[in-house]
Amino acid sequence: MRMPDLTALLTAAAVFTSALAFAAKADEVHVLNWKGYGADEPWAIEAFEKATGNKVVNDFFNSEQEMLTKLRTNPGLYDVVMINAAFNDQAMAEKLIQPIDTSKLPNYADISKDKAGSPMLVHDGKVYGVPWVWGLTALAINEKSFDKPPTSIAEMWDPAHKGRVTIRDDAVEAVQFGAIATGQNINDIKDMEAVKAKLTSLMPQIKTFWSSENDWNQMAASNQIDIGTYWSGSADRAKTHFKLPVALVIPQEGAVAWLDAFSIPVGSKNVAGAEAFINYMIDPKFYVEWVTKVGAPVSANTKAVEALPGDAFNRKVMGDPAVAKRIQFQAPITDAQREAYLSLWQQLKVDVK
Amino acid sequence: MAVQVAAASRSEPSSALPLLAPAYLWLTVAIFLPLSAMVFFSFMTDLPLSGKPWAFTLENYAAFFSQSLYLTLLVASLRLGLEVTLWCIFIGYPAAYVLAKVLKGRSREAIFLLVILPFWSNGLVRIFSWAMVLREGGILDTALNAVLPFKINIDLMYSYPAVIIGLVHSYVPYMVLTCYLTLQAIDDSLIEAGRSLGASRLQVLKRVIIPLSMPGLVAGAALIFVPVVGSFMEPRILGGRTGTFYGTVIEDQFVAVFNWPLGAALSFILLAVVLVILAVASPVLRRAT
Repeated sequence: MRMPDLTALLTAAAVFTSALAFAAKADEVHVLNWKGYGADEPWAIEAFEKATGNKVVNDFFNSEQEMLTKLRTNPGLYDVVMINAAFNDQAMAEKLIQPIDTSKLPNYADISKDKAGSPMLVHDGKVYGVPWVWGLTALAINEKSFDKPPTSIAEMWDPAHKGRVTIRDDAVEAVQFGAIATGQNINDIKDMEAVKAKLTSLMPQIKTFWSSENDWNQMAASNQIDIGTYWSGSADRAKTHFKLPVALVIPQEGAVAWLDAFSIPVGSKNVAGAEAFINYMIDPKFYVEWVTKVGAPVSANTKAVEALPGDAFNRKVMGDPAVAKRIQFQAPITDAQREAYLSLWQQLKVDVK
Repeated sequence: MAVQVAAASRSEPSSALPLLAPAYLWLTVAIFLPLSAMVFFSFMTDLPLSGKPWAFTLENYAAFFSQSLYLTLLVASLRLGLEVTLWCIFIGYPAAYVLAKVLKGRSREAIFLLVILPFWSNGLVRIFSWAMVLREGGILDTALNAVLPFKINIDLMYSYPAVIIGLVHSYVPYMVLTCYLTLQAIDDSLIEAGRSLGASRLQVLKRVIIPLSMPGLVAGAALIFVPVVGSFMEPRILGGRTGTFYGTVIEDQFVAVFNWPLGAALSFILLAVVLVILAVASPVLRRAT
């Protein structure tokens, strides 16, 4: 009882204090993004500040809902916000973000046409989001447990892996994964009962639910799991930077893809600074450094991906046209759907107890 | 018969006011106001912060009764609280007895320090240390297999026992401290009198020591039971797929779906249930003390 309340109160306090924060100064660029997600890399901020004279002020969110709340309660505070394309529509409908003049972004021309023209980001011919990076929620395997990588999602249900499977503790991801496993469209799930039955049969296979990259990597490092759902960028980081025996598998049944984009909130006091920052974020130079130093998802900028070495995971695997054919991009989810997914997921977790 | 632990000195309220003011001011600002806000939220359809229209409703409380999963989880959490409390008594009480009655001087200080030591480390650090110990191929597994002549396979990680172990470790100092205080206050001559009148050691324990130290046991049990019922961090990290409890569901409402009203309502239902349990138990406990 105490602990959840305490966390909630701290969050509440944070929301209230940020509401009281001083209005942004003209030469400051206030950026709202996930923590540790590119835009707050010290070397990147330093380079950007040196080049443009703008000062970057980072703020973070822990969920998309929190991001929307921060935008609603702090009009005029933020200049740049990173929004998953599936939420762009909602942000625009609530008049939280404004159209972007892409002629001010020299790098915008290099963004792949299908991403730049995504109906999730372009409304009535106006651009409300500049595609930044995209990635997959697919499978990853512990290479020690496989002679050759599996090709099917059914591997998760193989009795040989009983007690050595992991899946993220996230209702939306779990339900969409179930949709792919039952051959359905993740954005239009017709047969929810089939998804439920499929996930129910997966539960006894599961060792534990993971919630952070660190969880997954630790379990792989101590050889506790064989296979599980994982994010493409994270699998890449696990292999190249942590030297773990982890490999990403994009199953033949498909995978969930997401697209992250930058937007400019309504009331931004430094639109020019915001445009410069977004342009820097989609610049090949920044991207290559980000991939090499830290590890990153796939850039939406084709020139940035081409600047990577030919055998780079983000170029070789993720750029494969065969992969592009079987991935499904996440579309917006309503609050009611989200609640329904959570309720289903919680029921599954209770039934397995 | 009962030992008076707290000195019952009563002074005029007016002279006590300056001394009480800081504590009550702090409680009002830090606990009462935010908690009232949470009560308020729990009756709303949506958070006013979200900028969407909202209204008052009882739906959040109705949600608890409309789905069986909340009740199932609440029962599971209460059982967890009970088990952890019993283990804490089982482990903490003898330790407190030894500290209070057997050890003296330096050795007592040293052991006391070891009991309090877990308090000085961060809760997450403690849990992750347990993760390293309990998993297959972990410290416990490796150590036992190195010593034992036969091969055993210990993989307690991601199971119900792992949750119990982690929680007992976190909360056992409360039991030791509260029991230590009451045990220490027992006059040794009472024990000697019992022994000299022909009572066996067991009888002395049952008729003298346990009744006299009951206030400490009850205080320790309440201090442990209440937070354990709402715990979410330990079950989530150590419990694996069996780690879903009432506390984790509340956390999900706050963090994953941003449904503060439902999360707040679930929290207050838990608070009410815990208060009812303590109220029902109090006559029994009062008689015992």
